[in-house]
Amino acid sequence: MTASTAPPSTPLLAIRGLSKAFLGVQALDGVDFTLRHGEIHALLGENGAGKSTLIKTLTGVYQRDGGTVALEGREIAPRGVEEAQRLHIGTVYQEVNLLPNLSVAENLFLGRQPMRWGLVDRGAMRRRARAILMPYGLSIDVTAPLGRFSVATQQIIAIARAVDMSAKVLILDEPTASLDAQEVAVLFKVMRTLRSRGIGIVFVTHFLDQVYEVCDRITVLRNGRLVGERRTAELPRLDLVAMMLGRELEAAAHRIDLGPAELDSRPPLASFKGFGKARSVEPFDLDIRPGEVVALAGLLGSGRTETVRLVFGMDRADRGEATVDGRTIRLKGPRDAVRLGFGFCPEDRKKEGIVGELSVRENIILALQARQGWLKPIPRRRQEEIADRFIRLLDIRTPDAERPIQLLSGGNQQKALLARWLATEPRLLILDEPTRGIDVGAHAEIIRLIERLCADGMALLVVSSELEEIVAYSRRVVVLRDRRHVAELRGGEVSVERIVAAIASETPNMEVRQ
Amino acid sequence: MTSALQRFLPLIVTTAVLVVGFLMCAAQFPNFASWRVVGNLLTDNAFLGITAIGMTFVILSGGIDLSVGAVIGFTTVLLAVLIEHGGWHPLAAFAVALIAAGGFGAAMGGVIHVFQMPPFIVTLAGMFIARGLGFVLTTDSVPINHPLYGELNDIALRFGAGGKLSLPAMLMLGVVVAAVVLAHWTRFGANLYALGGNRQSAELMGVPVGRTTVAVYALSGLLAGLAGIVFSLYTGAGYSLAATGVELDTITAVVIGGTQLTGGYGYVVGTFVGVLIQGLIQTYITFDGTLSSWWTKIAIGVLLFVFILLQKGLLTVWAGRGGEPAEA
Ligand SMILES: Nc1ncnc2c1ncn2[C@@H]1O[C@H](COP(=O)(O)OP(=O)(O)O)[C@@H](O)[C@H]1O
Ligand SMILES: [Mg+2]
Repeated sequence: MTASTAPPSTPLLAIRGLSKAFLGVQALDGVDFTLRHGEIHALLGENGAGKSTLIKTLTGVYQRDGGTVALEGREIAPRGVEEAQRLHIGTVYQEVNLLPNLSVAENLFLGRQPMRWGLVDRGAMRRRARAILMPYGLSIDVTAPLGRFSVATQQIIAIARAVDMSAKVLILDEPTASLDAQEVAVLFKVMRTLRSRGIGIVFVTHFLDQVYEVCDRITVLRNGRLVGERRTAELPRLDLVAMMLGRELEAAAHRIDLGPAELDSRPPLASFKGFGKARSVEPFDLDIRPGEVVALAGLLGSGRTETVRLVFGMDRADRGEATVDGRTIRLKGPRDAVRLGFGFCPEDRKKEGIVGELSVRENIILALQARQGWLKPIPRRRQEEIADRFIRLLDIRTPDAERPIQLLSGGNQQKALLARWLATEPRLLILDEPTRGIDVGAHAEIIRLIERLCADGMALLVVSSELEEIVAYSRRVVVLRDRRHVAELRGGEVSVERIVAAIASETPNMEVRQ
Repeated sequence: MTSALQRFLPLIVTTAVLVVGFLMCAAQFPNFASWRVVGNLLTDNAFLGITAIGMTFVILSGGIDLSVGAVIGFTTVLLAVLIEHGGWHPLAAFAVALIAAGGFGAAMGGVIHVFQMPPFIVTLAGMFIARGLGFVLTTDSVPINHPLYGELNDIALRFGAGGKLSLPAMLMLGVVVAAVVLAHWTRFGANLYALGGNRQSAELMGVPVGRTTVAVYALSGLLAGLAGIVFSLYTGAGYSLAATGVELDTITAVVIGGTQLTGGYGYVVGTFVGVLIQGLIQTYITFDGTLSSWWTKIAIGVLLFVFILLQKGLLTVWAGRGGEPAEA
């Protein structure tokens, strides 16, 4: 799909060698990006790839460290959002929520209100606001405060505002995150209309189906660097995912012993049927049997963390049912999950896991003590026994158990966190990115530990972005895409190629088989 | 409840309190319901009202200005010194005082924006500086005897039986009208509400955050300077301890008037009503004659508490409603 008008020789927007660093983090490193007249250009990459930074550097929210930006051949360097808007670049920022305290009309016209005799013409503003929202099928009271409307409606209003200001370039940073299918369809219609008028659109999304539905071209970023630019029609999904993940797909898969086949006939320890939560994860079925490792694979933002949060009761499912040991249960919170023998090592151990000032010992016994209730303190002698046992078992490198945990290296903190849950002797342990941010040595040890734990009959549910790692220890892999469980691979089917194929697969709910 | 009614509810409640309060006073004291009382109410509270309007803008933008009382005090001293010791014409002194007060506010706004400092701290420092500067000029109460002062104090629109709209009252009413226009019919007004709603979103929507912040503190300083002029007309003197604690009285008026302390929600007119309610309580106590004037403070304290609870209740109800409102 190309624009109806022949593209002029100078691109609409030409970004060359753009660089931006934040206190040591190189968010953008010499990135090129070209937007042509009348095209919808997807800007893709995993979380943290630098997409939002590219947009904000372009529109003057941040000042660039290096590189050039040319709009229709003319060098530009907006010093603020206002200036970018005057250059006819309209933007919906990822985190923009507009202003809940202003009316819908005021939000649409903030900074560009229609004036008459030096004063804001509120009547004209109302009329034009209604007209702007018309194509989106929104006939709402434009004088009502924005905060009174649903998140989806607010999102559409933000888009309508940006579209109305984008005579040349429209930038949408993950605008569809809170929209339903119908609302997305409306948005795409508007985008196609703008494209036919020669406007260039930069579209950031995590939803690959949407990319293939509307985008003409794709630029992929990874770790602040440009990976490449392709025409959508010439880039198979498999290659796109590989570009985003940056993996050599022919990675050797040396898999561990998968465990006896009779595992499949064991009754599940925990079973979830039609379990889900609106705007979080689509309903899914998931069985976890004692002694097996089930991995959740997918791109960041695909619903992996959301799935484990539901399983552990940190978020409450609004549909479906959960059974443990064949009995239906209600998970009202993490306390219920802990009582059932579940344990959870979160992804962000700094924020949700370790208590930096407490000693290694205190961190290790935390979950066990919480389960017993704080009124029945574990005797000091017993605490020391437990701590010493796990320090030895997991080879936690610390001079002694009384050292504040914040003085330990990341890998050792992660192991202490693992010890905390192991001390409760969980039947199901959930690990979210267990090897994130730790050194190679500790990495291998944690994988060995996972294998050993399962041999002892514990079930593990692991979220990981490391596909080789998943392949190495998982009996089953559930693949997620766009907040949906799209495939389940088991036993011999588990391989990096198959996982990537499932992440990239076109039709939802397609079982990936030969 | 329609959405418009809901939005104006705090304002409606405040106005109802004023009307009911006035009727109760009138029922108790036969002379109360007179144009004279109304005229005095406006005159006596003019400087407070003018200051409170500036405070309303600052609070709407998500800030606070603790320096206003000190700026009033400083202005009165500056005027007295310029006119009495320096022999300046009062009009020239007025101009200098307004520029100084506005510039002082702008400087505080600049510090708040450039160094990303909390307005509470910056304007607290501003309060000490302004008071201190007043004392540096003179520690005495200096009477102002310029003939123009007498003439200005004689200007009045007479109406009804014994009713009199003095120059300060006229100034206050003019400021209120101008403030309503500024808040609702200019881009600056919209930017203020935007800033108070969410600073980051406002910035991403193209609101000139720095310029608006400097402007709103400059405006508050300017109005405090104007209030200082009115105060010196009213008292006929300049004194560096004048208007102590007025910053708190104005914040009270703003909150009673239905503006949220966290910014983004509220109306200028509400502040005007809030000022009148405070004045009404004071007038009641004067009429009664037996009550200690400290009862004014107690009554205002109770009222403030009730209004904050009311606002909180309303907010909870709004938040709980959620969802899409009925189509209009
Ligand atoms: N304001 C900021 N301050 C410090 N670091 C930032 C800031 N914004 C982004 N980063 C960092 O820059 C990198 C790129 O982030 P971002 O552009 O938001 O990625 P994306 O939008 O692709 O998910 C990340 O490592 C992020 O932590
Ligand atoms: Mg982003």
